[in-house]
Amino acid sequence: MQAVLASKAVNYSDAVDYRYIAKRAIGAGLVTLVLASLLVGIEAVSTNFGLEINTRYRAVFCASIGVAIVYFLSQLMHAGRPTPAVVGGLLMLVAFAILEWAYLQGLPLGDQLPFAAQVVNWAAALVPLSLVLRGAYIIYTQKAKGIVRTASQREAGFAVFYLKHNKLLGTLLIVFAIALPFMPFANRRLIDVATLVVTYIMLGWGLNIVVGLAGLLDLGYVAFYAVGAYTYAMLSTDVGLSFWFALPIAGAMSASFGLLLGFPVLRLRGDYLAIVTLGFGEMIRVILTNWWWFTGGPNGINNISRPSFFGLPFERDARPGVETFAQFFGLDYSPNQRVFFLYFLILAFALVTNFFTLRIRRLPIGRAWEALREDETACRALGINPRNTKLTAFAIGAMFAGMAGSFFAARQGFVSPESFVFLESAVILAIVVLGGLGTQIGVVLAAAVLIGMPEFFRQLQDYRMLAFGIGMVLIMIWRPGGILSHRDPTIFLNRGRAKT
Amino acid sequence: MSEAPLLTVEHLTMRFGGLVAVDDVSFIAGDREITGVIGPNGAGKTTVFNCLTGFYKPTIGRLALNGARGQFLLEQMDGYLIAQRAGVARTFQNIRLFAGMSVLENLIVAQHNKLMHASGFTFGGLIGLPGYRRAEREAIEKSRFWLDRVGLTAMADWDAGNLPYGGQRRLEIARAMCTDPVILCLDEPAAGLNARESAELNQLLRSIRDEQKIGILLIEHDMSVVMGISDHIIVLDYGRKIADGTPTEIRNDPAVIRAYLGEAEEDDAMPTKGVGR
Repeated sequence: MQAVLASKAVNYSDAVDYRYIAKRAIGAGLVTLVLASLLVGIEAVSTNFGLEINTRYRAVFCASIGVAIVYFLSQLMHAGRPTPAVVGGLLMLVAFAILEWAYLQGLPLGDQLPFAAQVVNWAAALVPLSLVLRGAYIIYTQKAKGIVRTASQREAGFAVFYLKHNKLLGTLLIVFAIALPFMPFANRRLIDVATLVVTYIMLGWGLNIVVGLAGLLDLGYVAFYAVGAYTYAMLSTDVGLSFWFALPIAGAMSASFGLLLGFPVLRLRGDYLAIVTLGFGEMIRVILTNWWWFTGGPNGINNISRPSFFGLPFERDARPGVETFAQFFGLDYSPNQRVFFLYFLILAFALVTNFFTLRIRRLPIGRAWEALREDETACRALGINPRNTKLTAFAIGAMFAGMAGSFFAARQGFVSPESFVFLESAVILAIVVLGGLGTQIGVVLAAAVLIGMPEFFRQLQDYRMLAFGIGMVLIMIWRPGGILSHRDPTIFLNRGRAKT
Repeated sequence: MSEAPLLTVEHLTMRFGGLVAVDDVSFIAGDREITGVIGPNGAGKTTVFNCLTGFYKPTIGRLALNGARGQFLLEQMDGYLIAQRAGVARTFQNIRLFAGMSVLENLIVAQHNKLMHASGFTFGGLIGLPGYRRAEREAIEKSRFWLDRVGLTAMADWDAGNLPYGGQRRLEIARAMCTDPVILCLDEPAAGLNARESAELNQLLRSIRDEQKIGILLIEHDMSVVMGISDHIIVLDYGRKIADGTPTEIRNDPAVIRAYLGEAEEDDAMPTKGVGR
């Protein structure tokens, strides 16, 4: 019915090739139908009688028709006819609102919602919403005719917006991150998720030095994370060192492992380097699993001591002669204190990583990293030592991973090789690449999406990872250079003058 | 040329497996002189450059540099050290700028080694020692000087990759000059430039020779550039040196005309043939 409305509404002009657009829209719908019917149309469920196959063709058909309509409307919008897009999008939103209302009231009409999972319905409703907003914006600014922006133009537009509010956005994010535990909606679960996200932000920032600045594709970054975690775990259980003493040792240990990996791979570039680092990451995990008398093997190491607040432990009952954090500050004991403390700890680590990176980008070594990424041959011709430059990038990136690793060990109180599989490296790399290589705030956004999203999409069960994949594909299509693929020069000659 | 020459190349030979790219080439390049290296495609000109700048290790030969920074045997040095210590700077046939970095950053990176010392190998720079700030200001001033010279000051904050082609060529020369070289090796700097831009390039190269008092080694196909500004020309063909002399001598050398200029004249004659038909 919406399709009919839309085609009626657009009959007022012949400047647009409706048949062509309609053909392409039907094509898009058919492609969706074919792909979706295989991917999500069939579901195998185990019942008492064995495996059975459930079909979900209603959802697939709704999705295909929806894609065709939205495609048609958005193409019209790009061709300079934003009105049908606004009208069609509004109709869809109204229909969604009615169905959603019926669902909430428990009416039978509510079963007509296209998808079984509410999250998906809400996510799908975002599409007509964006259509309406865009169409309204185009009508408002009256400059739609023939404007089809390419991906790079879109990125430039976004970057310009971001640049204008660069400092403000960063400050706001930091203030928000610090205030998060004190918000009324904060609970233990939220802070746990936030701690996880910030850990990955720190890892992403660390890897950003290696991949984003120096351009060395490292697929085994998790190895350094593991080295840091195990270093602290062993120093804590075998030697009895406290977290704060073990932290620099763990960082130095990981950095020297970074050098160890760096030496043999100096001559490799691109794909070859990626394969070797991938192997290195797996080697570390295999060694941790098999060297059982040293690392505890697959059982890992437990009873790792928790970090203290300048010597004040977070415990309900202090050991004799030791004052706890709660006693010292005259507070009631609450397990949240430790959770909050760990959150602030990793936040501080991550911010140190960030400021370090921002600063080192403006130093000769940081510029040499970026130059190395751009053209290694030219670097050699300018007398830059490629070996030392690469090794420092590896070592410094590894050092931050090692510090994040010791935090991880201290937070869990337990480490085992299972935490350091290749998937972790892939996720960290995905955060860096999707965030936009070399940008700091992009990593934050990507970590929030990639780590936070699966936590909040638990309703989707098995399809959680599919949603994760769809998110990555969408970023690839819309922002091929990453969410924020903008690079600011580190130094200006004509600062303050009009931009050309 | 009475004292020891800036660069002495003796019996330079470079083999790649069975292929002899450069075969027993010897020549000298004088200080405050522009030495042109010409020859047909595949004559081994770029290979000679790659040996000089450490990208290849010559199979046989001696490359002696006797410049303001002292005496060096280039064939025994690591690639980056030739640029860092001996002061050999080069540009590339296919431009190799740091395209994603700004024009100014390209020039600052060229002064890496000096800045690295000033920043106390990063540690001093991290805590913001004043010595580094001063060094960075000096580096910016030197960059500004070269940007003025090549006419790119207004575009200093652009991404280098966004410069027009001629600008990229000039920036690469400016970047090489920011390393304070004793000899500048230019690999086809006029390729892809129009007549006006080549004339400007000639002007620039002459002024670099006269004001910076360094030697320039120049590979070029554009005869108006080579003949116009070279003090001394070396001709290579199939890896061998077939002639060596002043532009006038080269122009009249029968071997050169056969190997190189003869072909070029035929090319020039093409349109006339077309008219005649």
